[in-house]
Amino acid sequence: MAAVPETVEQVKDLSVDQYKYGFTTDIETVKAPKGLSEEVIRFISAKKDEPEWMLAWRLDAYERWKTMTEPRWACVHYPKIDFQDLYYYSAPKSTQGPKSLDEVDPELLRTYEKLGIPLEEQKVLAGVEGARVAVDAVFDSVSVVTTFKEELAKAGVIFCPMSEAVREHPDLVQKYLGSVVPKSDNFYAALNSAVFSDGSFVYVPEGVRCPMELSTYFRINEKQTGQFERTLIIADKGAYVSYLEGCTAPMRDENQLHAAVVELVALDDAEIKYSTVQNWYPGDKEGKGGVYNFVTKRGDCRGRNSKISWTQVETGSAITWKYPSCILRGDNSRGEFYSIAISNGHQQVDSGTKMIHLGRGTSSRIISKGISAGHSSNTYRGLVSAHRKAVGARNFTQCDSLLIGDQCSAHTVPYIEAKNAHAHFEHEATTSKISEDQLFYCMARGLDEEAAVALIVNGFVRDVLQHLPMEFMAETQKLIGISLEGSVG
Amino acid sequence: MLEIKNLHVRVEDEDTEILRGIDLAVPKGEVHAIMGPNGSGKSTLSYVIAGKDGYEVTDGSITWDGEDLLALSPDERAARGVFLAFQYPVEIPGVATLTFLRTAVNAVRKARGEKELNTADFMRLVREKAEALGVKQDMLKRGLNVGFSGGEKKRNEILQMALLEPTLCVLDETDSGLDIDALRIVSEGVNTLRGPERAMLVITHYQRLLNYIVPDRVHVLQEGRIVRSGGKELAEELERTGYAEFGEGKAA
Repeated sequence: MAAVPETVEQVKDLSVDQYKYGFTTDIETVKAPKGLSEEVIRFISAKKDEPEWMLAWRLDAYERWKTMTEPRWACVHYPKIDFQDLYYYSAPKSTQGPKSLDEVDPELLRTYEKLGIPLEEQKVLAGVEGARVAVDAVFDSVSVVTTFKEELAKAGVIFCPMSEAVREHPDLVQKYLGSVVPKSDNFYAALNSAVFSDGSFVYVPEGVRCPMELSTYFRINEKQTGQFERTLIIADKGAYVSYLEGCTAPMRDENQLHAAVVELVALDDAEIKYSTVQNWYPGDKEGKGGVYNFVTKRGDCRGRNSKISWTQVETGSAITWKYPSCILRGDNSRGEFYSIAISNGHQQVDSGTKMIHLGRGTSSRIISKGISAGHSSNTYRGLVSAHRKAVGARNFTQCDSLLIGDQCSAHTVPYIEAKNAHAHFEHEATTSKISEDQLFYCMARGLDEEAAVALIVNGFVRDVLQHLPMEFMAETQKLIGISLEGSVG
Repeated sequence: MLEIKNLHVRVEDEDTEILRGIDLAVPKGEVHAIMGPNGSGKSTLSYVIAGKDGYEVTDGSITWDGEDLLALSPDERAARGVFLAFQYPVEIPGVATLTFLRTAVNAVRKARGEKELNTADFMRLVREKAEALGVKQDMLKRGLNVGFSGGEKKRNEILQMALLEPTLCVLDETDSGLDIDALRIVSEGVNTLRGPERAMLVITHYQRLLNYIVPDRVHVLQEGRIVRSGGKELAEELERTGYAEFGEGKAA
């Protein structure tokens, strides 16, 4: 489809300088010039064939972003990011990847093998040029995707790329987009609002229980979502949906900065279960080249008796800055956060959750398991607050940290605020080390050192693992072992 | 055959020698007992055979079937048939006992070039061995050794021994913390594993255990040395006279 005439004019007006950076109209190789400007945003919007209101929304976010500064309170260290030195749009078929698997980091390939990933899929994950096309063919020949879509349509569930939703379901998008994470919520959310590439849109109508787990995996052949993913999930009254994001395989990405936004809305008696396995490239042994993952995820329990549950397994990225949260607005609504965050090498994790109790009788539960190994740093940061009207609010928090070796660190930073006298908050925290005795015991029974560490850590995270969807559990257990390779000895 | 020659061991970064020249040979098919007072080096000997970190062998050798054990990591020793029944089995929270048993059995089978057991075969095997040792199914579902009584922990050790089918069994004070019924069950478990292909080293403080597991030879360990060796009657003599009779001066 053609871009709106106005935008075409804008594009024409761009300077010659920008043009030479590959600012061509060839749809296969198109890429916006480096840096962020109103023109680039107009270009992105035009490329996506967006309606006027969406462009206005993006531009407004951009105006707000310009006035904001990067948050610096997290316990992570990285060189200052030059936001004018980044690309904010590249077409789905990018041409920056390795030419074949021979050019891919052998360590990465070894990991794929251990996870048992088929060769064709390995190519896609490693970003090998042209591989996506091949996999498209594979997927298309398999009827599973088609069957999947038919089943969903029968139930009335909308599950499509965000860009499609903007065009096909503007009423829903306009009503809910930014209603949980406002454009100016924080620096990265504002950036995402201005330039978001794509993501998932899910709407489950009133009283519908989504017949299957929705997974980004089924979207893999549709569009590369890129670095500024935007996801919006709405469960209407009495609806239920479980959504799976990510993949256990380490995903190679040329974009170092990732700033996703995920918004969940649960109306009366609705329930959303959101599970993530994040395994972006953590960088080489010195941590160079790894992904910076600055994510804003928030769920709004807008209706009475609604429930939102976050389960996350974070093993990748050089830097993780992520706090999936719940706003417990509806009376008797419930929020849950189950997290496993593993850091090794030079990875830095600052992650946790916020449970904001606004309604009466709201309850929340936080189970966080942080494992640090190598030279990594792992911080749990969480807020539990009860507002004046949140009478009878209850929270239980358990934060456990496990240290492997003596070069890593673990931090726990819980904020607890109760503004009424009828809230009941519990907080438990432990820090432990894998003991030599445990390792020796396992090894004396025939497990090699890595298997022993994997077994002990899997035991440590068991409370969280069991909240993952079944098909993810076995893979995740394997992933935990792989993530901790080389962490001892 | 287990052969220990002139074994000298000290704790890493400490000067004091704990084992000061041990010579010991346990042929396959035999059960030898090591007796000695607290602090004589009994547990150190068992740890060094199994390969625990933190001990430095300053002199001497340990071979099993002619192979130098000291050159191998603990898991490699386990693969070659070495098994240590711990005096204090370690707790591993969150890891179900059954999961641990299966992981261990398959790790050892894999290392020995045998086929890994599938769930059904493994369950059948565990059920059979567990029953004989009075290990309840409920216990197998709990976290490894977490909240186990002393007796349960020791039974679990012998269950592991039965499942892993080692050829060299070292039992470190398996009788400690056992009441008389548990002692009988555990001993029966050990006795059923006695055989011509298996060597056993039973380490104990008390003669009591040796009424149930009757040894072929008894060695008295004192201050890091074997001060006397003899037949099973030596254990009875020791029970009457106490360890004081076997002072260093007298042994010399």
